[in-house]
Amino acid sequence: MTTIGPSFPRLRAVGDSGLLVEFGDRIDKAVHNRLLAFDAALQADPFIGFTEAVPAYASILVGYDPLLTEPSAVEAHVARLLDHCGTVDVPHRLHELAVCYDREFAPDLPALAERAGLSVETAIAAHLAGDYRVFLYGFAPGYAYLGGVPEAIRLPRKAEPVRDVPAGSLIVAGPQCIVTTLTMPTGWWIIGRSPTPILRAQAERPFLFDVGDRVRFRRIDRAEYERLAP
Amino acid sequence: MSRAVLIVEQAGALTTVQNGGRRGLLRYGVPASGPMDRAAFAIANAAIGNPPGSAAIEVSPGGLVLRCIEGAVGFALVGGGFSAAIDGRALNGWSAAMLTPGARLTIRAGEWGSWACLALAGALAAPLWLGSRATHAASGLGGGMIVAGARIEIEDAAPRENRLGPIAPFPEEQGAMRLVLGPQDRFFSPETIAALLTGTFRVTPACDRMGYRLKGPALPVAALLDMPSEALPRGAVQVAGHGDPTVLLADHQTTGGYPKIATLISADQDRFAQLRPGDPLTFHAIDADAAVALARKRHTALTRHIEMLAKGPVPLSERLARTNLVGGVVDALHP
Repeated sequence: MTTIGPSFPRLRAVGDSGLLVEFGDRIDKAVHNRLLAFDAALQADPFIGFTEAVPAYASILVGYDPLLTEPSAVEAHVARLLDHCGTVDVPHRLHELAVCYDREFAPDLPALAERAGLSVETAIAAHLAGDYRVFLYGFAPGYAYLGGVPEAIRLPRKAEPVRDVPAGSLIVAGPQCIVTTLTMPTGWWIIGRSPTPILRAQAERPFLFDVGDRVRFRRIDRAEYERLAP
Repeated sequence: MSRAVLIVEQAGALTTVQNGGRRGLLRYGVPASGPMDRAAFAIANAAIGNPPGSAAIEVSPGGLVLRCIEGAVGFALVGGGFSAAIDGRALNGWSAAMLTPGARLTIRAGEWGSWACLALAGALAAPLWLGSRATHAASGLGGGMIVAGARIEIEDAAPRENRLGPIAPFPEEQGAMRLVLGPQDRFFSPETIAALLTGTFRVTPACDRMGYRLKGPALPVAALLDMPSEALPRGAVQVAGHGDPTVLLADHQTTGGYPKIATLISADQDRFAQLRPGDPLTFHAIDADAAVALARKRHTALTRHIEMLAKGPVPLSERLARTNLVGGVVDALHP
């Protein structure tokens, strides 16, 4: 285990094929910005044997091929990039994502609103007011974790997961929401559905978002959903 | 262009099409998938004369029964102690043989091992998903699940008669599974780390292509933990609230919020994947440099093994001679 300086960033060995670069220990936009700057610097100046990098909330896993390089060489390259990449704001895209809060698509919306002490309309307005950031992908292919759910509608996940939740569902838990890409179980609150696929396997860019992108939601009615849905 | 067609008469759960894996998409939540035993996959393709990374069928402990209805196609079956028979005639362990119309291939899990690779001579027809035929079993996306009633087509199917025969086993290491501690070993007490490295664990029935949960000494998380989710590699030894470790494998989730006490080294991931529920195992900690050295050593050994297979099966007389050289036994045919 190698430590650069007294606190962050910190480097930790992950088996024989990865180096974890930690930028902090909490979910924080400034920490995420530093991580994105490092990610961009690494993509622009990779080392021999680099495989792929996996950004998350406060860390990035730098993968390497142990047949082509070794931990000390990877650490040296990463340390050099960290010295120079700083905290420049990496360019990102802003997406406007259509969402339909129709009752049939939002089985948990009444319960979520009630728990939050809000009317359904106020809960929807709260969700629409959020500025969302793609912090990371996880759980299943194309599941982008969007941070930024307003305080008023933050609830812990439900006690029991539900099976076979359709792809395209808008699900929320705590400060995060996800537009799902597969039919999967979830214990998060299902509050809407988007006609816009986040994962389009045949497309030139199969994933709608890159980590670091910003997202705003736009409300559509059922008729518009039916018109837009693939 | 010749074609072979096989009908799936029986298939165990989690029988899938796999290729070398889907790389570079971890940041979008997509694991590499690919074979659970990567050495077995590489050996099977090499033995039957397919290009490296060709799509093949991964056979699960539930076994597989196929009937050939068209064409003549060679195949190699490699991995664990799986056994196979053609129309009731047993093949001997790892081997390459040929299917002709009407022939039925029966593959069964044997004494040990959880996964075998069935490589068919030619190009296995299967859908591409995100540029790869590897199957992500939880979604079924990729080359796809192999289920009873399915029809498997092999394009450019070839008998490859010069390839048929027994396939030399690849000797895996024995003994403790090697780990590199971290990246969250600091969340566990020294006593817990000692329990990880001295205790005996067993594979539980909670095992699939995503990972295997183990049961052994409890590994309680010492520090009060509020860890933001971070990337998870294949081999991560993750400890959830119940205190039991789970070793993540081919179809692992790409990020998670549970602490990782250690990471199973690359060189031991194939033999770990071959464990079955109830099998015992122990762990031994090494550093990342030693793990890299072992990855290289195993790669060299596997490359040599594959080069040897590329020359084709060894005639019986030569095999006997080699056995004699190794074992010091007098040649029975020429005493």
